[in-house]
Amino acid sequence: MTLHLTETDQSMLRGNEGLAAKMAMSILVRMAEVAGAKELLDITAAHIDSTIYIGDAGLEFAERLAGLGAKVRVPTTLNVSGLDEHHWHEWAVPAEWARRAQRQMDAYRSMETIPTWTCAPYQTEMKPKFGQQIAWGESNAIVFANSVIGARTERYPDLFDICCAITGRAPAIGLHLTENRAGELLLRLKEIPEALQRSDDFYPVLGHLIGKVALDRIPVIDGMTATPSEDQLKALGAAAASSGGVALFHVIGVTPEAPTLGAAFQGNEPKERLEVTMSLLRKARAELTHTDSDMLDMVVLGSPHFSLAEFKQLAPMVKDKKKNPNVRFLVTSSRAMTQLAKQAGYLETLQSFGAQLTVDTCILATPMLPPEIKHLMTNSAKFAYYTPGLLGRTIAFGSLKDCVNSAIEGKIVRDESLWNS
Amino acid sequence: MEQLTILGKPFIPGLARGMALVSAVPLSFWGGFDWKSGEIIDRRHPLSGEIAKGKVLAIPFTRGSSTTTAVLLEAIRAKTAPVAILTTTTDFFFALASVVADEMYSKSIPLVAITESDFSRLQSGDEVKVTESGTVIVTKANNHVEA
Repeated sequence: MTLHLTETDQSMLRGNEGLAAKMAMSILVRMAEVAGAKELLDITAAHIDSTIYIGDAGLEFAERLAGLGAKVRVPTTLNVSGLDEHHWHEWAVPAEWARRAQRQMDAYRSMETIPTWTCAPYQTEMKPKFGQQIAWGESNAIVFANSVIGARTERYPDLFDICCAITGRAPAIGLHLTENRAGELLLRLKEIPEALQRSDDFYPVLGHLIGKVALDRIPVIDGMTATPSEDQLKALGAAAASSGGVALFHVIGVTPEAPTLGAAFQGNEPKERLEVTMSLLRKARAELTHTDSDMLDMVVLGSPHFSLAEFKQLAPMVKDKKKNPNVRFLVTSSRAMTQLAKQAGYLETLQSFGAQLTVDTCILATPMLPPEIKHLMTNSAKFAYYTPGLLGRTIAFGSLKDCVNSAIEGKIVRDESLWNS
Repeated sequence: MEQLTILGKPFIPGLARGMALVSAVPLSFWGGFDWKSGEIIDRRHPLSGEIAKGKVLAIPFTRGSSTTTAVLLEAIRAKTAPVAILTTTTDFFFALASVVADEMYSKSIPLVAITESDFSRLQSGDEVKVTESGTVIVTKANNHVEA
């Protein structure tokens, strides 16, 4: 099987469209061959995860492309960066690190991209449409775009997303193609109380469990009696893309490619079946907590970035209350969403409670936490999954309400009633 | 000395030699591998605390973050990467890091896909040699120690 390239592809590869397009197309073609693609296809949007500053190689890659005059060919949003550009001084970010993260932001900004700086691009004006072919990086964004919207992207890594954006092309492989979007394993909810299904902490726990079971396969969830909100599906996907490599899930009667079991599996039989019981869910929930103590230094919310609806949900919980002075309370979100939350009056309520806000980035992507902050709590399975390894700190998982109550009490407190039923 | 010869598919061909570090549990390099030290830092992973630098890492495939590629690229540049990686699928994330490292620094690490049944015959501590054609020659650890 050989890769067929169009005239335009070949022209780019020869350097007729500039040196940046040549470098991007060269990487694209080598990877399309590795993946066994027969051809490339047009994409109409991209989301760039390569914005996160990790070290000098990523920075040199960005500056090499920018220096060659790279410009994107399709509307391209930018993921979180390594820096809250305007507020990093208020935290423990080393100046040299900030300087390099800033250079990486500048390099990607110079490519005529849209500087959204968010890991939830699907909650911006740039949200893709059903069936749209796109090239997205950022695991939580990929799974949301595929599953909840029905847009089509393969699970693309950093550095590749920008090559697709610069060329406007992607390999015709994987989840771009209808036949590869069929469900592979069936997960049936068994006697899960509807009250729990309506609770916001159900979704990250279910996602964490699904990621571990599905790994890189496409799970289909049946038996959900509640109707999950957009943010609940976002939490489910982010969790499943952290504990596993899930890039697409279907929920029968909820997600757009799964009106029925037959549609979700495209008429095939599931290769594997699993009953999701309370016992499995309790075990998954316990795994998200990586501490035995109730000590708490900071509550962190907003992975993926907090949406307007989440600000709206949080505001009444903290209204006329004050957090414990020994505990910090941080919400991470995008600039655009924060602006909307401000206009709606939610930010004022949060600030009176004692909450702080960080935009453009999150605790996992920037070294912002001072050393005295050792014990964290979150409602995000993604934060819970990565914090011990990336930040070397303890983390407890709870519902949004648990997080608020813990911040007020000054120690980790959780309402177990829904989980013990 | 017990030797196994495994015929793999070299999706990034190259030569390498090193001690095997094996787990059947997929790994995300972001949050799972420290490119400054070469240590596996996913505290929920069976290889947590092991040094993958200079080893032939064998894991079935990557999971989790899109940033895995960027982390492996940093490691190749900083010379803290595994000398080769064996997987059971053609892992796109690892492949891209190797392709970009070649593009940027003329350095790449070999990547070879092997079958699940061959994968299950590997153990940490085995001596592994990877050839250009994707043949993986394994000298088993136990016998190696006795010899």
